[in-house]
Amino acid sequence: MLEIIWFILWTLLWAVYFVLDGFDLGIGSLMPFLAGNEEQKRLMYNAAGPFWDGNEVWLISAGGITFAAFPKVYAVMFSALYAPLLLLLFCLILRATSYEFRSKVESAAWRKSWDCVHFIVNILACVVLGVFFANLFMGIPVDANGVYQGNLLKLFNVYGIAGGIFFTLIFMMHGAIWLTIKTRGPLQAKAFLAAGMLWVGVAAMLIIFLILTLFYTNIYSNYLRMPWLVALPLLAVFGLACIPRLLNENRPLMAWLSSALFIVCTTFFGVMGIYPNMIISSIDPKGTITAFNGCSTPMTLEIMLIVALVMVPIVLLYQFWMYRLFYKPVSVEDLNSDHAY
Amino acid sequence: MDVVMLSRLQFAVTIFFHFIFVPLTLGLSIIIAWMETRYVMSGDEFWKRQAQFWGKLFIINFTLGVVTGITQEFQFGTNWSKYSEYVGDIFGSLLAIEATVAFFLESTFIAVWHFGWHRVGPKLHCLCIWLVAIAGNISALWIIIANGFMQHPVGYVIDEAQGRAVLSNFYDVVFNGFAWGQYAHTILGSWALAGFFVLGVSAWHLLRKSDVDFFHRAFRMVAPFTLVLCLVLAISGDEQGKSVAEHQPVKLAAMEAHWHTGKNVPFYLFVIPDPANERNSVEFLGIPSLLSWISYGSADAEVKGLLDYPPTDRPPVSEVFWNFRGMVALGVIFIALSLWATWQRKKEEQNPWLLKCLVWNVPLPYIALMLGWAVAEIGRQPWIVYNLMRTSDAVSPIPTSSVGLSLIAFTILYTVLGVLDIYLLAKYALAGPKAQEA
Repeated sequence: MLEIIWFILWTLLWAVYFVLDGFDLGIGSLMPFLAGNEEQKRLMYNAAGPFWDGNEVWLISAGGITFAAFPKVYAVMFSALYAPLLLLLFCLILRATSYEFRSKVESAAWRKSWDCVHFIVNILACVVLGVFFANLFMGIPVDANGVYQGNLLKLFNVYGIAGGIFFTLIFMMHGAIWLTIKTRGPLQAKAFLAAGMLWVGVAAMLIIFLILTLFYTNIYSNYLRMPWLVALPLLAVFGLACIPRLLNENRPLMAWLSSALFIVCTTFFGVMGIYPNMIISSIDPKGTITAFNGCSTPMTLEIMLIVALVMVPIVLLYQFWMYRLFYKPVSVEDLNSDHAY
Repeated sequence: MDVVMLSRLQFAVTIFFHFIFVPLTLGLSIIIAWMETRYVMSGDEFWKRQAQFWGKLFIINFTLGVVTGITQEFQFGTNWSKYSEYVGDIFGSLLAIEATVAFFLESTFIAVWHFGWHRVGPKLHCLCIWLVAIAGNISALWIIIANGFMQHPVGYVIDEAQGRAVLSNFYDVVFNGFAWGQYAHTILGSWALAGFFVLGVSAWHLLRKSDVDFFHRAFRMVAPFTLVLCLVLAISGDEQGKSVAEHQPVKLAAMEAHWHTGKNVPFYLFVIPDPANERNSVEFLGIPSLLSWISYGSADAEVKGLLDYPPTDRPPVSEVFWNFRGMVALGVIFIALSLWATWQRKKEEQNPWLLKCLVWNVPLPYIALMLGWAVAEIGRQPWIVYNLMRTSDAVSPIPTSSVGLSLIAFTILYTVLGVLDIYLLAKYALAGPKAQEA
């Protein structure tokens, strides 16, 4: 029972990470396409300004929880997928410095360089996350001892690449919708347009991804076994379907929440599809690790459950408060303040 | 080099780089919170300017501390997967608690503090920096409790069937005395480092007569704080030494290059160890029975020598010995310097020698902290978990080339970022508050 609860909580942490960090990764990936001038670039940086750091902690927590609740999964996942994880890490390091360093030197070349870095690492992080999870859904070549029998390129198979594109489009759409909340004027108009266009891309990619999922993974077998789980993909599609209407009605917050619902349900759709497996070996069934044989002892799981049940609501509460505090669109006065990026 | 050595090297590079930024974060947050509290209590805008000036430096320093910390959390899995699997039941939960209890708090409220000068009232704003300071220091506690388990494992049993260590008593793990001793020493050292940082930057400006009143008052506030910390630091170091003597006698023997077990062991002021011949080539100016006394609190206590342990169970003696000596020597310098600064704190601007010493001193506390951690970590070898798991058994089954490549990538990336960050820190520190406010 504890293992099941932790499997769901584990999925939830990743889902929250995608919802929160997804929009700022998306904004960074949209930078060269949407920002026409220095002011618009700064609006985009500051639209994610107070949030990106707190959002990133959800990834650290997801990593930490993997370690605490499923140490064997953590050990095999992180060592087997060494290259993509370090790539993601380098992206996140450079993402943070691009936010912090860019505004600290008055030089066009300095800023331009950091803009360039910012775009590359944001979009690369989206792609890596997508490739990473698509491969987890499909299975990776680990042997019975948890040793990875492949290389980085092996992860960039058809399904992996599709996952990368899918995640990138989702995060870009999610970021564009966030920009419609946090900006006004010409940039907001462009963000509305981009969100609409990206929505078409996401919808198309969703269909392609679902078809590929049938050929490359066993995800659907869980849905045949437990038909009530079909609620997850249905909710995901519902969330996605609501977005264009809400954008047209100029209700960007609702549109963003729909997009969040879509992301959460899509994450659950994939991960519940592989349940109870957490790492599927594509070469040796003995290499497959499940929530039951990869987990910590009941004592650790119980202690961590108490910690999570106490701390996560508190965290959500103060992060919600922080989001409300900085909910208002970024204004030109904000940009002129000493503290803006 | 093999995977073990490369992975150790990578861990050393990344943890030391991470630790350039951490101690200043831990200490400066408290100093800034203290300044802002003075602003809120007195309504004097002067202390708000102080908080904002040092706050800018804090933010530049903070960012790299955060992102290089993620590396550390990933690295247990990427490079030390056998270790993660073996002790994850105990060790993993400590890291997860650190993230959920401390990192969220720190990252959320630093954003409110940084961007919220006009969005929240002064009291709430001040509370934010206190939360950041508390969260940072709590995160240090959890990670050092985790390290404490590696140094002096408690609260576990071995599950033979699964071949791993599992939690048996969470309370023992959390209230591991060894870990709390390490925590006290690290935290005090970090705060003292921040004190010397403020003194150093202030001294630089006082030497140039720029913003004299501004930096004079910062100096006066921080000098006694730093002195007290340096003194308590020495006491906590002594306590920690006794703890090491009790739980890790072979590390103590390496720290002192002490080869032969005996009673009434003297402490030599000058020693040059010669590990190849299992002796010291120079031993000079011995103080009778002092080593017995500082290790166990009694002059005739027996101190185990390195020769009591098989060579495969000994840490590398020279590294541990010299790092330890270096740390202690620096600690003595810090006490003298902070004493001098406190004594002169009302007329320090007339004393250029003091100011120059303080400017040149800025890097030294960083070095001292790193030396201290090098003693703790190298001194634990050949074990990753003391007397429980060897470092060579802990490494991930990954190709040497992967680790080699990532080590090169880390080294290049971190060097570039480190140079840029120190450049920005120096730029804003040396520009002074007027330039910032302009």
